Amino acid sequence: MSAMSSDNTSASAVAKDLLTPVLSANWGDSDSYTLDGYRRHGGYRGLGKALAMDPDELIAYVKAAGLRGRGGAGFPTGMKWQFIPQGDNKPHYLVVNADESEPGTCKDIPLLYANPHSLIEGIVIACHAIRSSHAFIYLRGEVVPVLRRLHAAVAEAYAAGYVGKDALGPGKDLELVVHAGAGAYICGEETALLDSLEGRRGQPRLRPPFPAIAGLYASPTVVNNVESIASVPAIIDRGKDWFTSMGSEKSAGFTLYSLSGHVARPGQYEAPLGITLRQLLELGGGMRPGHRLKFWTPGGSSTPLLTEEHLDVALDYEGVAGAGSMLGTKALQCFDETTCVVRAVTRWTEFYAHESCGKCTPCREGTYWLVQLMRDLEAGKGSMAGLEKLLDIADNINGKSFCALGDGAAAPIMSSLKHFREEYEQHVTGGGCPFDPAKSTVWADDRDATQEVNA
Amino acid sequence: MTEAANAAVGLGMPPLPPPDYPEDVRTRLAADAAEIIARYPGSRSALLPMLHLVQSEEGHVTRTGMRFCADQLGLTTAEVTAVATFYSMYRRKPSGDYQVGVCTNTLCAVLGGDAIFEALQDHLGVGNGETTEDGKVTLEHIECNAACDYAPVIMINWEFFDDQTVQSAKDLVDKLRAGEAVTPTRGASLCDFKKTARILAGFPDPREGAVTEGGTGGDASLVGLRMATGEQLPAGRPTTGPGRHPADDGPPQYLSKHDAPQQTSASDPHNPAASPTAEEGE
Repeated sequence: MSAMSSDNTSASAVAKDLLTPVLSANWGDSDSYTLDGYRRHGGYRGLGKALAMDPDELIAYVKAAGLRGRGGAGFPTGMKWQFIPQGDNKPHYLVVNADESEPGTCKDIPLLYANPHSLIEGIVIACHAIRSSHAFIYLRGEVVPVLRRLHAAVAEAYAAGYVGKDALGPGKDLELVVHAGAGAYICGEETALLDSLEGRRGQPRLRPPFPAIAGLYASPTVVNNVESIASVPAIIDRGKDWFTSMGSEKSAGFTLYSLSGHVARPGQYEAPLGITLRQLLELGGGMRPGHRLKFWTPGGSSTPLLTEEHLDVALDYEGVAGAGSMLGTKALQCFDETTCVVRAVTRWTEFYAHESCGKCTPCREGTYWLVQLMRDLEAGKGSMAGLEKLLDIADNINGKSFCALGDGAAAPIMSSLKHFREEYEQHVTGGGCPFDPAKSTVWADDRDATQEVNA
Repeated sequence: MTEAANAAVGLGMPPLPPPDYPEDVRTRLAADAAEIIARYPGSRSALLPMLHLVQSEEGHVTRTGMRFCADQLGLTTAEVTAVATFYSMYRRKPSGDYQVGVCTNTLCAVLGGDAIFEALQDHLGVGNGETTEDGKVTLEHIECNAACDYAPVIMINWEFFDDQTVQSAKDLVDKLRAGEAVTPTRGASLCDFKKTARILAGFPDPREGAVTEGGTGGDASLVGLRMATGEQLPAGRPTTGPGRHPADDGPPQYLSKHDAPQQTSASDPHNPAASPTAEEGE
């Protein structure tokens, strides 16, 4: 794919057909993050309808809408709620996973910054469904502007009576706590998140028991991604038929796609599930002028890399799985031909080694050795046997680690060796990296552009 | 075994218990701690926010701070230390008023984060995790901070500085060291590290207007919405450097303090007098 045309008129006509802003619909308003700004766009209307429903009926409704988890795994949200045992006389908890840290993923943070009330309304609805009186938002600590807005939005919701005393009906209170993490990617893994929320090192727990049976404080707990919960109010308000009119049967609804990298217009594009990267790039004006797409991630660095040949893969759960990867968080990191795949994968591997919690041996030791081998390759000290060793170690991590972090560490290595083995071999035979990193920067072409303008 | 070897592996007598906080500090922090503990059904859940709290007192997590947490929560200092050393946001040594974190995860690194981090190390004369002599700036490289559509990204005290260049990054740290105000691209105006840590402990920002500052998002956050509503967008990616955000109010943010014609792309995005690549010796 060469630089695509960016004819504004046709592009905007196409954009109206392809894009469906729901969660992002009010982001253009200067007060979108306030209670008033949210209510002006129909905010908290779904809540009234949901509270009028029986909890079991509400769970069945969300299940029938086909909402699947937007945090990576794609587990049906309604089914997660249904697993909570009822009448067990234990407290139930809802924990929102706002620990968005997967490399490339940048959807929940802008969502919470511009529209925190969509999450709060979703939380109240979910707590009614699972009969919970205590919810937590576990936000990664490194995003203070978002924390500030969440503090304010939760306070507004308390003052308005959406949360707090009798929020879920007479005698049914709801407490909502915003909890800031302290810097650990592993806390995005739901059981590590629960350990962290209990004040421990964030290390994953053995499952079963699953959180639905023994989660926070060993009580039944639902852990949902921000975007999943924030999507619920619109489903209740506008109806499941409206929701299922978007996407496919198994991948219903709308979602946030995050375009980043060497693209002309990076950013958030909210569209029905099943849009393709080609369509998104056409909307966004293609890759940066004069460059071609080389490789991309469909949903963060833990999802196997794809290439130009996958431009027409439907970006939904089945489509991306069919192409040998995962929809993940819909973090579309696009790299052009100036980017060295070995450099990119080395950096991701260093990330996984740094973030490995150390609990299980395959991940703790394996990621360490992967880094050594990748750094050798980049420095021109690699060998052909080293490539086999990389695959061997990746295979010993993948599926054999305690949690999915290990699988994530193996994914970029295995997929890049599958698609770009020649480039790895060049690093061995050519005695190092053949790429010039200066050409990959966002400003690399600025001088040329200026000359063209001046000419 | 030699004395040097002993020191290297930390054998010998364990350190004495750390001193307690002065009485007034302890009383004040204990009141804050009680408020944090009351938020949770289980008291130990308060530990992470409380470590942010003690960090807001001293700028880093000291042995005294960890002992305080242990006392308040009925834990051992070993249990608290195990947690404090697990999470990367807790600093373990005295550090600067401004923590400048350059994202060098793959996407930001490739798009310029590596060049920025290298240039700042040279410019400041410090390495990763080190602090300038004036105690103002601690430089470090950070992992992905969920702003990839604004790459390359710098976080200062965990506030977003989007779409950075080598020059804009140098200007930022120069201003921080000169005591001049710098404004994040999204979010409220910058406060020092200790005040930031207090917000992280769960105490809302007390500053008037802090929540409303900074808009709802930059160009990248709004791009899909604008297209869907038929808004005409300028063709292609705007010239790099701080400036991809709507020029809502106020002057451009990263101009140098000098009155001379600016040499940065921020002053005249379409005619950068000296491109960052030229500065890097190309």
